[in-house]
Amino acid sequence: MLRFARWKLASVLALVAAAVLLVVPSFLPADAVDVMAARLPAFMPLRQIVLGLDLQGGAYMLMQVDESSVVKTQVEALRDDVRQKMRDGKIALSGGIAAEPRGVLVRIADQGERDRAYSLLQTLSQPIGGPLAAGNMRTLEVAESGEGVRLTLTDGAVTEAVRHAVTQSIEVLNRRINAMGTKETVIERQGANRVLIEVPGLQDTTKLKEIIGQTAKLDFQLVADPGTPPNEVETLPMQKGGGTLQVEKRIMVDGADLIDAQQSFDQQTGEPDVTFRFNLRGAQRFGQVTSENVGRPFAIVLDGRVISAPVIRSPITGGTGQITGNFTLDEANSLAILLRAGALPAKLTVVEERTVGPGLGQDSIDAGKRAAYVGGLLVVAYMIATYGIFGVFADLALAVHILFIFASMVLLGATLTLPGIAGIVFTIGMAVDSNVLIYERIREEAHLGRSVISALDAGFRRAFATIVDSNVTMFVAALILYLFGSGAVRGFAVSLGLGIITSIVTAVTMTRMMIALWYRRARPSRIPI
Amino acid sequence: MKLLRLAPENTKFGFMRFRRVSYPLSATLSIISVCMFLFVGMNFGIDFAGGTQVDMRAKSGAANVADIRGRAESLGLGPVEVQQIGGESDVLLRLNVQPGGDAGNAAAIAKLRETFSSDYEFRSVDSVGPTVSAELVQSGTLGVVVAIIAVLTYLWFRFEWQFAVGAIIGTMHDLLLTVGFFCVTQLEFNQTSIAAILTIVGYSLNETVVVLDRIREVMRKYKRLTTAEIIDMSVNAVLPRTIMTATTVFLALLALFFLGGHVIRSFSAAMIWGIFVATYSSIFICSPMLIYLGVRADAFDRIREPSPETAAGGAQARADNAKARV
Repeated sequence: MLRFARWKLASVLALVAAAVLLVVPSFLPADAVDVMAARLPAFMPLRQIVLGLDLQGGAYMLMQVDESSVVKTQVEALRDDVRQKMRDGKIALSGGIAAEPRGVLVRIADQGERDRAYSLLQTLSQPIGGPLAAGNMRTLEVAESGEGVRLTLTDGAVTEAVRHAVTQSIEVLNRRINAMGTKETVIERQGANRVLIEVPGLQDTTKLKEIIGQTAKLDFQLVADPGTPPNEVETLPMQKGGGTLQVEKRIMVDGADLIDAQQSFDQQTGEPDVTFRFNLRGAQRFGQVTSENVGRPFAIVLDGRVISAPVIRSPITGGTGQITGNFTLDEANSLAILLRAGALPAKLTVVEERTVGPGLGQDSIDAGKRAAYVGGLLVVAYMIATYGIFGVFADLALAVHILFIFASMVLLGATLTLPGIAGIVFTIGMAVDSNVLIYERIREEAHLGRSVISALDAGFRRAFATIVDSNVTMFVAALILYLFGSGAVRGFAVSLGLGIITSIVTAVTMTRMMIALWYRRARPSRIPI
Repeated sequence: MKLLRLAPENTKFGFMRFRRVSYPLSATLSIISVCMFLFVGMNFGIDFAGGTQVDMRAKSGAANVADIRGRAESLGLGPVEVQQIGGESDVLLRLNVQPGGDAGNAAAIAKLRETFSSDYEFRSVDSVGPTVSAELVQSGTLGVVVAIIAVLTYLWFRFEWQFAVGAIIGTMHDLLLTVGFFCVTQLEFNQTSIAAILTIVGYSLNETVVVLDRIREVMRKYKRLTTAEIIDMSVNAVLPRTIMTATTVFLALLALFFLGGHVIRSFSAAMIWGIFVATYSSIFICSPMLIYLGVRADAFDRIREPSPETAAGGAQARADNAKARV
């Protein structure tokens, strides 16, 4: 037990040195670290420990895609498609196309027409995931009944639409939030229908919620002629100046096809306006609509409010256009940004929100540090008081143990949270347990009459099984906590887990090493504990 | 140098005699805990009950609790709880879940900011909607259940069934008493409290395993003693270690409790209680179980040992010495 190969000693010391290098940057100011990191070659990581939002200050928001708004959009799109199909098939409708909670109902009185409609509308149902997707889940259920033909969205279709909405929302939010100029923002998917947003440094989420809350849904709809049937018309408020406008429900061009929007100045009036550009599909549709409806006013609708409704003077096939609406420079600019970043495909609701200001964050760090130092000191003192020189060895091993925890956290990029600091303080108390087990065994063996060396040996050997046992149980608890916990509590599980792993290593290896070295130097005749 | 020994040398306490006292005591405490949970309930934080919690600090001078409460109540956001924490300028304001579910919470925060941001700095804002709080309750409960199952499985493989039963009863006892602790002190019960519970379960198991390990070892050596004597001998043998470890963890947690700030205070308090309870249960609860379950030393005769050890373990030790000289 006491023979230690030189290379083992050297490698342990090298590990300790590496750990120190990994940990030191966290205690230096951030800019110094960046400067130093730039000088080193790429493969040597020099970074600070990642602090959780509860320590560095910042905002965390969890948003959920509102399923009903996704369904509503799907239903509206479906209705337009159905209308188009009916028109193409020249099928006479007896009552129009009614929107239902999860689909549409096409009222057709005549049996023959109904059958024709049924076969035509079947083609609207597609496999979920696109035309080439495997599996037999389809987007629609088409059924014929006495009233007509009913098309319903399947559950699979809705789930897929929600999932798609999340992906799109993440893209849109990315663009919008980055325009705010915040650094290191995290925007990612959580589960099937949620988006997680973390903005370090942000304290007041009100502005953030405003930016997210705007759906920026832009649509182009024709202003309704007086003779249009009422169920094809909706009344929308004007953005400015009050009043309302009757527009056709049918969306002629979808704002999603808008690829660019810039603030500019109207060539004739010199007033600020917004110039926009469509993609190919949008340009085609736009050209088609404007060709077919020369002389009619065309409403530009943002989030259900009419921004302006210019009259179509001539077909616009180039795919670009202008929106004027008595904007101020600011308004035109905001609108352009909003349009550029894209429309949020659905409503997002904040389901969880946690904000910590930098003041509280710094206080937490300070409190954690104080607790760690004082706790460490108490444990160190107690160990020395109880085990004398062996206590010193245990304390040195403890110091290395804490070093290794931090080093592995930096290496893994794990986040340190306030409960994480609590976890580290707890492992300071627990880590000495392994040493205590060894030392108590050594004492027992010595009392039984063993020689110094065999007592030391027996102590380490016999205690090892119990050390592994007890640490495994705590590790399982940490693992379960990691799997079932969330947020800051996970930080505690990570600290605890890493602490347990490193404590097994340091308690046995380092303590053995130190005792072996001490024995060779001191050649004691009896065990000093 | 004279070393500190909190646990005296070679103790020979008759721990097993206490079982006539400790068992009824523990049973009573467990029942009280269950009753408190059912009738008084725990003080659930917003993680599990949903709602909004704001940590405010007065921009100048002390915080006026009554004034804050009055202004907050007039906003029509339902019952308002205002508490002073830390220094005299720090206040914690809590609202329940607002009608309108998740969206309602966001509106409430905006109102609070409007009303108070001129006089108070918002140090932290936490808001949990009903959807997420329900999920956290689920995952918290599930976590504890899975932990208990994991403990059971581990014990099943590691020890004979009588040991496992003793250990699981000890762990359940610790769990119940910790729940009771939360009910009695009305400390806020949130996610970090679940962390405390799982850590206590781990620690309790830790202590139990150390004692049971020793009991098993002693049983193999000293076959002629009664079970009670074996258990007493084992517990006395590990007593120094148990007290040592409990003390070091206690010292570390004490530092955390007094210096760690109000955010993790309920966690540290629960952990300190848990250490006491876990140590107590590993000595007084799980070991006596072995007596009741009829564990006997000769039950371990299944494996034939090459050199059967006798009560004079010292002879073996002296023989080992000769071989191990360096």
